[in-house]
Amino acid sequence: MPSRSARRHEAVAGWAFAAPVILGWIIFVAGPVLATLLLSLSDYTVGASPRFLGLENYQRFFTSADPSFFASVRATALYSLLSVPACVAVSFGLALLLNTKIRMRGLFRAALFLPVIIPLAASSVIWMWLFQPDFGVVNFVIRTLGLPPPLWLASERTVIPTMVLMNVWLTGNSMVIFLAALQGVPRHLYEALEVDGGNAFHKLIYVTLPMISPTIFFTVVTGFINALQAFVQPAIMTSDAYHAGGPNNSSLLYVLFIYREAFRFSKLGGASAAAVLLFAVIGGLTWFFFRFSRSLVYYEGGERS
Amino acid sequence: MSEMPRKPRSLAGWFLYPPLILLAAVFLFPFYWMLKTSLVDLGSIFEPTPSLIPRSPSLSNYVTALTMFPFGRFFVNSLIVAVLTVMGTLLSASMCAFSFSRLRWKWRSKVFSVVLTGMMLPFFVVMIPQFIMWRFLGLTDGFTPLIAPAWFGGGVFNIFLLRQFFLGIPPELDEAAIMDGASYLRVFFQIILPLSKPALIVVGLLTFLASWNDYLAPLIFITSEQKYTLMLGLNMFLGGYTAQWNYLMAATCAIVLPSLVIFLVAQRYLLEGIVMTGLKG
Repeated sequence: MPSRSARRHEAVAGWAFAAPVILGWIIFVAGPVLATLLLSLSDYTVGASPRFLGLENYQRFFTSADPSFFASVRATALYSLLSVPACVAVSFGLALLLNTKIRMRGLFRAALFLPVIIPLAASSVIWMWLFQPDFGVVNFVIRTLGLPPPLWLASERTVIPTMVLMNVWLTGNSMVIFLAALQGVPRHLYEALEVDGGNAFHKLIYVTLPMISPTIFFTVVTGFINALQAFVQPAIMTSDAYHAGGPNNSSLLYVLFIYREAFRFSKLGGASAAAVLLFAVIGGLTWFFFRFSRSLVYYEGGERS
Repeated sequence: MSEMPRKPRSLAGWFLYPPLILLAAVFLFPFYWMLKTSLVDLGSIFEPTPSLIPRSPSLSNYVTALTMFPFGRFFVNSLIVAVLTVMGTLLSASMCAFSFSRLRWKWRSKVFSVVLTGMMLPFFVVMIPQFIMWRFLGLTDGFTPLIAPAWFGGGVFNIFLLRQFFLGIPPELDEAAIMDGASYLRVFFQIILPLSKPALIVVGLLTFLASWNDYLAPLIFITSEQKYTLMLGLNMFLGGYTAQWNYLMAATCAIVLPSLVIFLVAQRYLLEGIVMTGLKG
């Protein structure tokens, strides 16, 4: 049994070693979250004394005084609702393809994963060139096939789908996670199904999908959390020094909207209110997913509450 | 990641090769096209029928692109930020993980669960007050706002990962060392850290890439060109040289290269890290 003074000594060390994150939590987490809430109730801007506004910042968004708010909500919703299912489906499909007895599996995996490693700002520039309407290689192929070439990033209607297409190219992360989950499915379950005469389709439906449902769930939740925060693509591909968010705000994704309000228009109070709204949506969505996960997800060894 | 058992492979899976090869080609094509464009002159870019292979490749675009803007400076800036961020993260996250896994103190689990609330906190929620704070301290337009948070815990997620790893190290090791009169600092530096190299490599790599690739934080905190990171430099280049795709692709190629090298050298650790963040997150 350690002595009293030894235990005291250990407790002091415990606090001392944990001090960085305790301070960090106060300075970079709790403090700023509180400050964002307070700022959202003011008209704070750099170099002027702030006034208390109550909920006016929030009201302004919903009374259509600012049409770009609704444009950004619409763009973000479209972006997330297209991107998340497409990415989950593609990454799962790729993982199934790779989870087979093929030669050079590591090489294929590396090739499909590679896009993830590149800075998103850089891959955005590459995609701008590939999908450039007049001289881009994608439209060259489309014209050669005799189809009408779309305007991609330059058109209100196709800008979001083009970004989603790019996200499908960037699904390597989920693919690797799915692959690990697939390798964790016990082989005896497949063997049992084989004995009963099940084919590959039965294996997928009755063994693979239920067994990796927690991973699908995780991928969908984090996919939505990330998609709602997408910033780099529209900031690089459809913004310049004077304008942000593409033609008619069609690609003004929400965090770009916050950024623009705060750092281009210097409306730090209004931008804070916008940030609080998105934070609430992300929190609510996460709660909703976990609330309903128990009926959708199979956890081995019974339910975890 | 565990490999499949190496059985003799049948030819039954042969039909999987064509789609896999096609997919790999499609996924890698953007890289090829970037490289190809970076090697040709402006005239070949606006040809109605682009050729798959560059006709008279030259590196002159690189010379032009990389000297038009101080890319060397941007590269050094990015490197300073990323290296200091990694150092801060490794040191402070492992210290905190050590406290939360190996040291017994009264409020430990309560403090840990409070700290965990910062785990999934999105940057956009805290960026405005952080900007105001750094501006008030006169530290905007410098690297401090980008680096400082790493030295204060280095991200709760990293603490979480390292704590899981430390919990797997037998406690008898540090107990014996303490009995022999070693200080906690010594136990931490001479027993725990050396045994945790794989986990530290994973955390360090993911942190380096996140810092290297970051765009939003530098965009907010840094204003003068001298202090631009590579990603800000790329965006400035994009604004100044629209439609000069040969120069743009040369610059992009140069920016992509360090990430490619890291991937080739450390692929195993990276994939492991992603699985860790995916399955335990």
